[in-house]
Amino acid sequence: MSSSLISPNPIGTSNPAAAGADRSREAKTRRRKKKAQAQAQAQSKARSLSSKWKSQAQQQIFSSNLLRALAQSRRGGVGGGGGGVGGSGSSGGRAVREAADRALAASAKGRTRWSRAILAGRIRISKFRKRKRPAAAVAAAAAAAAAGRSRKPRVSVSRLRGKGMPAVQRKVRFLGRLVPGCRREPLPVILEEATDYIEALEMQVRAMSELARLLSGGASVGAGSSSGSPPEPLPGQ
Amino acid sequence: MSSRRSRSRQSEGGSRISDDQIADLVSKLQRLIPEIRNRRSDKVSASKVLQETCNYIRSLHREVDDLSERLSELLADSDSEQAAIIRSLLM
Repeated sequence: MSSSLISPNPIGTSNPAAAGADRSREAKTRRRKKKAQAQAQAQSKARSLSSKWKSQAQQQIFSSNLLRALAQSRRGGVGGGGGGVGGSGSSGGRAVREAADRALAASAKGRTRWSRAILAGRIRISKFRKRKRPAAAVAAAAAAAAAGRSRKPRVSVSRLRGKGMPAVQRKVRFLGRLVPGCRREPLPVILEEATDYIEALEMQVRAMSELARLLSGGASVGAGSSSGSPPEPLPGQ
Repeated sequence: MSSRRSRSRQSEGGSRISDDQIADLVSKLQRLIPEIRNRRSDKVSASKVLQETCNYIRSLHREVDDLSERLSELLADSDSEQAAIIRSLLM
């Protein structure tokens, strides 16, 4: 459909017949731009309402990334064909965890510090420094709109205002250590990163539990009644 | 609201962040954590929110670890049809 709009017209609009075609093409491009704008607005609204990690598309992106990462880790790691079940269990789990973290960070599209830190930490190069100002301005404006619309419980920030309370400072530092890549960031950055990180972790848990359910559900069904021919001959029969 | 104007100028550094903005961030965080959300109390101290956030992130980490252990066991399991199919897809 888009190929019809990219037809080249080097002659220009001097031809009257081509002028009519140009006008219709202009209208088409204007309509397409409006649709793209509406789509972008809807996307930004979804993002600003912090449902970015709850959308179906995000889950699908993460699942496909996860499967690809798992395939890579399996091809690279398990070469001998599963020698030593006890030993490979824990190391296999560790590899799966790292693959899942990498897939999660890749799904974040590099817009948050923790995702960049995870990806950079795996490859072991220096962290990327990206300017977050436009994204932060959008998020702040969206937060203001959301605050005006709904009545939310007010948090007493009297302790945070001073920022000198050792208990709060300690907790903030601890939180900064938990979220990857936020060890020495100021308080609002840590809070923002933690918000996004929690949502991403929740999505990761949901997707992985679904995957585990599919696998284990198939195991119980397959072991009970085999509809077709069994994949391999049963030993000792 | 004057705080909206000050937000556009917040790029100077960490010290110029308005308290309103911090309160917004903390309440946004508070909404995500199920423990505080279910308690339905109007005023929660910020330190409690931070504490619950740390606990929640740690529990999520543990859950991800458990799930990845389970997934690795399930993937290595050679007795199920499903696992064999998925393994053939992955490799």
